[in-house]
Amino acid sequence: MAALSVRGLSKRFARLEVLKGIDLDIDSGEFTVLVGPSGCGKSTLLNIVAGLERPSAGTIEIGGRIVNDVEPKDRDIAMVFQSYALYPSMTVRQNITFGMECRHIPKAEQDAALANVARLLQIEQLLARKPSQLSGGQRQRVAMGRALVRNPLLFLFDEPLSNLDAQLRVEMRMEIKRLHQRIGATIVYVTHDQIEAMTMATRIAVMHKGEVQQFADPDTIYRYPANLFVARFMGAPPMNTVPARLMVENGAPLAVIGAGRPDEIRLRLQGYDKAAAFRDKDVVLGIRPECIAESGRVFATTPDAPVVISAPVDMIEPTGAETIVSLRLGGEPALARISPDIRPEPGALAAFALDTRRICLFDPATERLIA
Amino acid sequence: MKWRRVIIYAVLSVLAIAFLVPLGIVVLNSLRSTQEIAATSLIAWPRHLTLANYGQAWNQFCMAEHCWGIQPYMLNSLTLVIPATIFSTLLGALAGYSIALWRFRGDQVIFALVTLGVFLPEQMKLIPWVVVLRDLSLMNTISGLILIHTIQGMSFTTLFCRNYYVGVPQDLLKAARIDGAGFFRIFWRIILPLSPPILIVTVIFQFTGIWNEFLYGVTFTSGGQQPVTAALIALTAAITAEPLYGEQNAAVLIAALPPLLIYLFGGRYFMSGLTSGAVK
Repeated sequence: MAALSVRGLSKRFARLEVLKGIDLDIDSGEFTVLVGPSGCGKSTLLNIVAGLERPSAGTIEIGGRIVNDVEPKDRDIAMVFQSYALYPSMTVRQNITFGMECRHIPKAEQDAALANVARLLQIEQLLARKPSQLSGGQRQRVAMGRALVRNPLLFLFDEPLSNLDAQLRVEMRMEIKRLHQRIGATIVYVTHDQIEAMTMATRIAVMHKGEVQQFADPDTIYRYPANLFVARFMGAPPMNTVPARLMVENGAPLAVIGAGRPDEIRLRLQGYDKAAAFRDKDVVLGIRPECIAESGRVFATTPDAPVVISAPVDMIEPTGAETIVSLRLGGEPALARISPDIRPEPGALAAFALDTRRICLFDPATERLIA
Repeated sequence: MKWRRVIIYAVLSVLAIAFLVPLGIVVLNSLRSTQEIAATSLIAWPRHLTLANYGQAWNQFCMAEHCWGIQPYMLNSLTLVIPATIFSTLLGALAGYSIALWRFRGDQVIFALVTLGVFLPEQMKLIPWVVVLRDLSLMNTISGLILIHTIQGMSFTTLFCRNYYVGVPQDLLKAARIDGAGFFRIFWRIILPLSPPILIVTVIFQFTGIWNEFLYGVTFTSGGQQPVTAALIALTAAITAEPLYGEQNAAVLIAALPPLLIYLFGGRYFMSGLTSGAVK
């Protein structure tokens, strides 16, 4: 059953079109992440689903019921905010039970629900405190408790981890994911952090300029980005995208980067049949930094030897876990992720192994994925 | 550097003395007998200290044909200032909350009109109020003055509260709406508990403002209905052989006492409330 269906949703503020015809179907139990740069409309979309803002056009269906004219409190949703939005003058206990109080739920039932959630989130010892007496992580838990106690059809998270420091963010990320696996809730989660999207989501909707660029599972998004925006937004460091020319050599497709230059790079491609229409045309070639490694690297189960090229190194950034290398591919800047103990000399030539099976080709005019 | 400091202190001291001299003279004269003042001068150090003036001023002093002192007028002022302060503060808080935290058609226009009230001179509003009080049969009543000060006070209290409430994060309201709270429940349970800093400011401001108000008091009330500020005018018009300086000064001090007490006990909160932001 679709827990949430959004159809032809658009929103404009005066002349500014913030959302342009959004369509999304989210199944029950899914963890959907809406990700995109700030201003892409993801938070507006979430607010419209919550009923805090009205759409200019389109419908929202929650649990099979059209809720366009339903008040937020009657939509069977709960929301967790970036600022936590805990009521400052109430204790943790009152914060969690306030919603039930508004709904006139009997006291005994309130207490049982509170005890349940407090145990689940391990905040039992905090119930008598005020939000100002809590740390950031504790506030985050209480905010989640306030949502969980509702036991809603749909959880909405609006950048809930953005105010936490890096270490806590990673912990809470895992905790939310664990929580999702445990209670099987349907979650729509908004973030600008593509790592959160990749690590937590069962499906990701990448948004840009008020449109859903791609809506798919994380592996598909990463492996087959629908367009150049998705390719460059997802992944850190992002996918290298360089202009190239598609040619044919001995009947097989061949991508040439920096064609005509003395340092041009010729990459034979296999299984890129869909690119046939672009023969002898310009394309944008995308290759993830982890697909460029030190020579000698064996990529997974490649039967034949990997392609090895020689390229000039601009700069290196050792991170400890790996070395990020800025290099030139046929004159075009690109990043490589190589073994941490290898430190090529900047300014000199170095040999790199390329995993050509995972190259993406984009149409330079439409910026869409070709193959 | 040192000299600059000396000059600053000197200037400030002179100014402080200039401001405090009238108060000092009134205090000293309230402690001297009228005969002593008549025999020497209005400005002189007391020879014999006496508290008799205060008793006289409180319930025996003759003003405007009655010899019951300022006691009934003090009572008038209190029955005026307490409800008017409470009403104007609560209504201002409610109005400020609506304007700051809820979007509705014309909200900015309404806010502009409300704050315009802050800048309108009082004498401009006298004639409209005459009509209103006459039609409501509230002429020469304390209730009439309560109505005037509640309505007129709302411009200030709305402005104060609105400026405080714009600091309340919108997410709080969103969370409360999803929790199922409506307009008044959000105000009562979430916003009002956050408001003491600004409520103290508006209460002090309204209390002193209404207590010290004079124009409406003399215009709309007479005789035994007057608030103390209006009644005090009768002091200067007391037609007796010699002016009763001692009693007059004591009466003025008694009349000034409530706002002074409010300032002494609440001034600290007034200062911090004006500068504090809303909620962290």
